[in-house]
Amino acid sequence: MGIFFDLIIGGFAIGACYALVALAMVIIYKTSEVPNFAQGEMAMIAAFVAFTLIQSYGVGFWTTAAITVVFSFLLGCVLELAFLRPAKNPTVLGLIVITLGAEMILYGIAGWKWGANQNPFPVPFSEYSGIMVGGVMITEINIWTFVTSLVMMLLLFLFFRYTKVGVAMKAVQQNAFAARAMGIPTRRILTFTWGLSSVTGAVAGMLIAPIATLDPNMMLDPMMKGFAAAVLGGMTSLPGAAIGGYLLGLIENFFGGYVSLEFKSVVAFAVIVLILCVKPSGLFVKHYEKKV
Amino acid sequence: MDMKRDYFEDIQLFRTNTVLVVTVIFLAILAIVPFFAGAYTLYVLNLIAIHSIVAIGLNILVGYTGQISLGHAGFFAIGAYSCVLLMVKAGVPFIFALPAAGFISALFGFVLGLPSLRLEGPYLAIATLGFGMAVTQVISHSDFTGGHMGIKAPPMSLGSFVADTGAEQYAVIMTITVILAIAAVNLLKSRVGRAFVAIRDSEVAAEAMGINLPYYKTLAFAVSAFYTGIAGALMAFALEHVSAGSFNLILSITFLAMVIVGGLASVMGSILGAALLTYLQLKLLVIHEAPGIGPFLLEISKRFLTPEGIPNIQSIVIGAIMIAIVIFEPLGMHGIYLRTKRYWRTWPF
Repeated sequence: MGIFFDLIIGGFAIGACYALVALAMVIIYKTSEVPNFAQGEMAMIAAFVAFTLIQSYGVGFWTTAAITVVFSFLLGCVLELAFLRPAKNPTVLGLIVITLGAEMILYGIAGWKWGANQNPFPVPFSEYSGIMVGGVMITEINIWTFVTSLVMMLLLFLFFRYTKVGVAMKAVQQNAFAARAMGIPTRRILTFTWGLSSVTGAVAGMLIAPIATLDPNMMLDPMMKGFAAAVLGGMTSLPGAAIGGYLLGLIENFFGGYVSLEFKSVVAFAVIVLILCVKPSGLFVKHYEKKV
Repeated sequence: MDMKRDYFEDIQLFRTNTVLVVTVIFLAILAIVPFFAGAYTLYVLNLIAIHSIVAIGLNILVGYTGQISLGHAGFFAIGAYSCVLLMVKAGVPFIFALPAAGFISALFGFVLGLPSLRLEGPYLAIATLGFGMAVTQVISHSDFTGGHMGIKAPPMSLGSFVADTGAEQYAVIMTITVILAIAAVNLLKSRVGRAFVAIRDSEVAAEAMGINLPYYKTLAFAVSAFYTGIAGALMAFALEHVSAGSFNLILSITFLAMVIVGGLASVMGSILGAALLTYLQLKLLVIHEAPGIGPFLLEISKRFLTPEGIPNIQSIVIGAIMIAIVIFEPLGMHGIYLRTKRYWRTWPF
């Protein structure tokens, strides 16, 4: 029975990271219908910046976290301003290609700056000690991942519910044209959305970096899983994305624990494709049939 | 003028005599190149030819049928592995193994085409992306395919003729490329090609016109996968070795970049895009050896970045090109060609 609870805890921990990546994707997709393939690399760059601050400049962990959040916010805004805004009437394919191009650029920059070395990401939490709950060990790092992701989700919820900018974002998501007619600066909101999404992704990156090793390929797999989780939840539903992330982490961990560790990352996609075949718009979104 | 007067003019392979003459001259140049070019040039040309096949195949899917695929590295891997495995484990001669690899790949293309009946946009992108990842994972964890180490490709042999020098490989690869390119042009002018274009422009309208949507969509995936599979098989012989690690997401993105740079819905554009990006990739890998800019970049890398990471400029440049194309020239190189043609049509008036 011990392994069962271990798998649940591990699944929730990694699922929390997927959920954050998925949330980051959904925030952008809802506002501008851009599936952001650069999300993973944005998070990876943020994690590298944090790593450099800690390792080379000896900045404390919490200061670093704060600086990284600001940095990732600016990174997201800059990407939107530089790449997305100049495109006139882009097609879905065009948007995908732009974000893929941004991904390649960020990937290249990370490889150029930090090389292909695998760096351990230092955190003030232990991987080996923690609290025992009913004979199952929950390590400090799992608790940290867990709490951070929940806090982040709570903050996002409060932001969208109670701040003026958050409400304006929701307005743009529902109907950009009407929002502009109401005096909401839609373009500025879009840029801000990218910043917010980038921050969410960066938090995910800083949670994943201690579990995985930090190299330019670090976020490729979590990004795809996060995307898959977002698709699972329906791509336009924030709670759906979060639930999708946890679900995916659990499914993956259980498959890895009980069936085959090697094909652990394949099963996630098999599940996604199967679910999409039954519910083409994901689990939590109503499917709209396209009309002429 | 390119006014078409009847249906047969529209489906002709060579629309005007000029096109015919230019094509013949181009093919003649391709035929005599191996007598002059060195080994490295031939290797580069082989890669360009192989990538052209992929770009044409992917363009049939993306440019003509309007579906999105981020999993073409998967088909590439399936083609490469099935051809090599058929030859090594089953002793099938090359001439049968190559089309077999294409058809195996096409079968997987058909299977991947099934979800495309219900998915579109980002949903289809994630499904194909997952497919590409899954293929690499399965191959690299399976003992039958040689695991992470990959397997060595046997020499290409047609009966007693063994293509082991660059020039002989060039002959085989280029012949196949030309045949496949002409076949693609022909296919796209036929009923099937028109059905693809109709699906791209409006699925609902296409269905109302009597186009069998499931049939043609899966067919587009299968044809595209067939091309990519053949290219993958040829790549195995050009590199003499296949390993699962090289068929990653970056490769799928590069394929897509070739199509975008060359121009959507243009066979000629695909070839141009493949040529440009393949050449750029090879050159940018050794950019620190380039005169002028090389030492400067090396100096910058030493001071601020890492010198070992300098080949990563390749990804930066390709990413920048992809973005620039979408923003400034959405039709790619084919669009530039069209504009130039239109400008000169009424010259000197």
